Amino acid sequence: MSGQSTYEPKTGFTKWLDARMPIVRLAHDSFVDFPTPKNLNYWYTFGGILAVCLVIQIVTGVVLAMHYVASTDAAFASVERIMRDVEYGWLIRYIHSNGASMFFLAVYLHMFRGLYYGSYKEPRELLWILGMVIYFLMMATAFMGYVLPWGQMSYHGASVITNLLGAIPLVGEGIKTYLQGGPAIGDATLNRFFSLHYLLPFVIAGVVILHIWALHVTGNNNPTGVSVKNVKADTVPFTPYYTVKDGFAIILFLIMFAVFVFYFPNVLGHADNYIEANPLQTPTHIVPEWYLLPFYAILRAVTFDIGPIEAKLLGVIAMFGSILVLFALPWLDTSKVRSMRYRPLAQQCFLGFVIACVVLGFAGANNPDDLVFKFGADKLAMSYTDANGGAAVRTFTEFAEANSFLATLPSSAAGALEVSASGFKWLWVAQIAGAYYFAFFFILLPLLGVIEKPKARPASIADSVHGKKKTTAAAVAATSPGPQTTGSLKPAE
Amino acid sequence: MLYMSGARSLAPWENPVSEHASAGHADDTAQGHGAPEGETRRDFIHIAAVAVTAGGAAAVAWPFIQQLGPAADTRAASSKDVDITKVPLGGEIRVLIGGMPFFIRHRTEEEIQAAQNVDVSRLRDPQTDDDRLVPKLDGTLNRAILVTSGSCTHLGCVPLGPSQGSVGEFGGWYCPCHGSYYDTSGRIRKGPAPLNLPVPEYEYLSDTVIKISL
Repeated sequence: MSGQSTYEPKTGFTKWLDARMPIVRLAHDSFVDFPTPKNLNYWYTFGGILAVCLVIQIVTGVVLAMHYVASTDAAFASVERIMRDVEYGWLIRYIHSNGASMFFLAVYLHMFRGLYYGSYKEPRELLWILGMVIYFLMMATAFMGYVLPWGQMSYHGASVITNLLGAIPLVGEGIKTYLQGGPAIGDATLNRFFSLHYLLPFVIAGVVILHIWALHVTGNNNPTGVSVKNVKADTVPFTPYYTVKDGFAIILFLIMFAVFVFYFPNVLGHADNYIEANPLQTPTHIVPEWYLLPFYAILRAVTFDIGPIEAKLLGVIAMFGSILVLFALPWLDTSKVRSMRYRPLAQQCFLGFVIACVVLGFAGANNPDDLVFKFGADKLAMSYTDANGGAAVRTFTEFAEANSFLATLPSSAAGALEVSASGFKWLWVAQIAGAYYFAFFFILLPLLGVIEKPKARPASIADSVHGKKKTTAAAVAATSPGPQTTGSLKPAE
Repeated sequence: MLYMSGARSLAPWENPVSEHASAGHADDTAQGHGAPEGETRRDFIHIAAVAVTAGGAAAVAWPFIQQLGPAADTRAASSKDVDITKVPLGGEIRVLIGGMPFFIRHRTEEEIQAAQNVDVSRLRDPQTDDDRLVPKLDGTLNRAILVTSGSCTHLGCVPLGPSQGSVGEFGGWYCPCHGSYYDTSGRIRKGPAPLNLPVPEYEYLSDTVIKISL
């Protein structure tokens, strides 16, 4: 959104600086006199919240790195030392570990906003793709950061994920070995993960600058999806209107953040990670952090081969595919209408998509073979070795029947009895929700653009604001003088 | 009032002048800055907001500064018990406490005499030998055992001593970095160092064990 700059340096120093490096002008044009649609709601505050999250993670992370020791012998103890001995170390580590969750919470709400209001559509495709690059880097950073405390979940989680890459044909084993730096997760892995965990946030910060740059070329989308047509009528300057609105939302977000840090610091983590890593003993139930659960569910949902492709590789493809498909989203959605506010069918399909994501999260947290609910009565299953030496199972409804059958078996049959329940498995939940996840992108979104009849949209942002009967905050803003800038927004709709 | 007629009446909390001032960028000259009588409430909010922000920033900064200081385990490791019977007569042992060097010297009778017989008034940092000793549990001085810091008061080098076979002109320690000479009481006698080797905080736990603290 490069209109003529309204910045006028006043003091001698700012004039001197402006002629040499117009950094104050850049900040002024980007965050003060930046024309912003006047109808942005609180869903639009998560960009600012995410910037705060990134800064918090970098600051606390740099401090933790001052006390952390990246060695399999000392890592766990150094983290405990941070918790017990370093002044306020407990606070800084809890901010960092909960900060990761807060970061992902905010990024999911930010993405939800973008999906609902069609912020990925022309001309903002690159803006969306840069956002997806940030998201992907965030997942990589979070995964490697989780390995650093060298707890049981760190070690075995990393082991599971790096072993996944071994499923890739031909190059998989090589990639796995080069990632781990040895035959298994060890000192080499821990040190390179620490190095990359320190590096990637700065890469993210770089891509964030590109993301904001791209945003400021096209300008903000808005809840109507209607492009800015008249800068004076449709926009207000970023400062003070959105600095104050973002600031208020940031304060509310930080209050929630603080509640987690001070009252529930471990509720989002796993108790197993407070046990030092033991390569000889795997925890009974390995799960990633909550923000990666949906993808973990998709990974485990694939239990069948398709043609020559084995289930393990297919699961890896599905997991990475579920992330990569987001990059192609601007071209999968064929609708000309940006905002789902005016797309009744898409609205319902999208609600289904959000539910599918949440359900996948629960499916990822549960053992695939556990039952969501039972049907029928429990049965007794007797497993034994039959006369031919093969394994056999027979089910009974009464214990007496099973007992009398056991009496007929020779002792070499080694009959063992257990309760067998039948019901709806979490695996099936993950498969249904996962199927919907992909169907939403590959079937529903391309199809809806063709068959759906969108509702009438307002002619302009100003019309949508003034069409309302109540005097809203946006309407109050509208009565004050708008920006005098001559922005070069090109109406796309 | 761009496209509305400007007919909307203002609520009591709205100040037309300051609102224009804050929203107006290009037309500051047209609107002017707010009249003084209208600025009180908004100024109060600004000052209150800045004050809360400053207080919050200070509260956040505090733990981030404190974490740079010594941790609880570091502080806990800041003293050491030393068995002085292990120090050979005429020699010394050197101990590290929290990374800081200390000398524990078992002085010969001649060395004690040399330290006692110095004319204190002519010293750069006047101190008698007895001032540099700590009484045992029974209140008497153990002149044979001298405990000092092991870092030269000039620039922090560790002086050479009897264990390195170089005690300098005055029989105590010699710092090779810039040529400071200490006597058998650890007092500065010659060279650039300004002060005597400091005597650390220590106490006799028994006749044979001392506890040195940072």
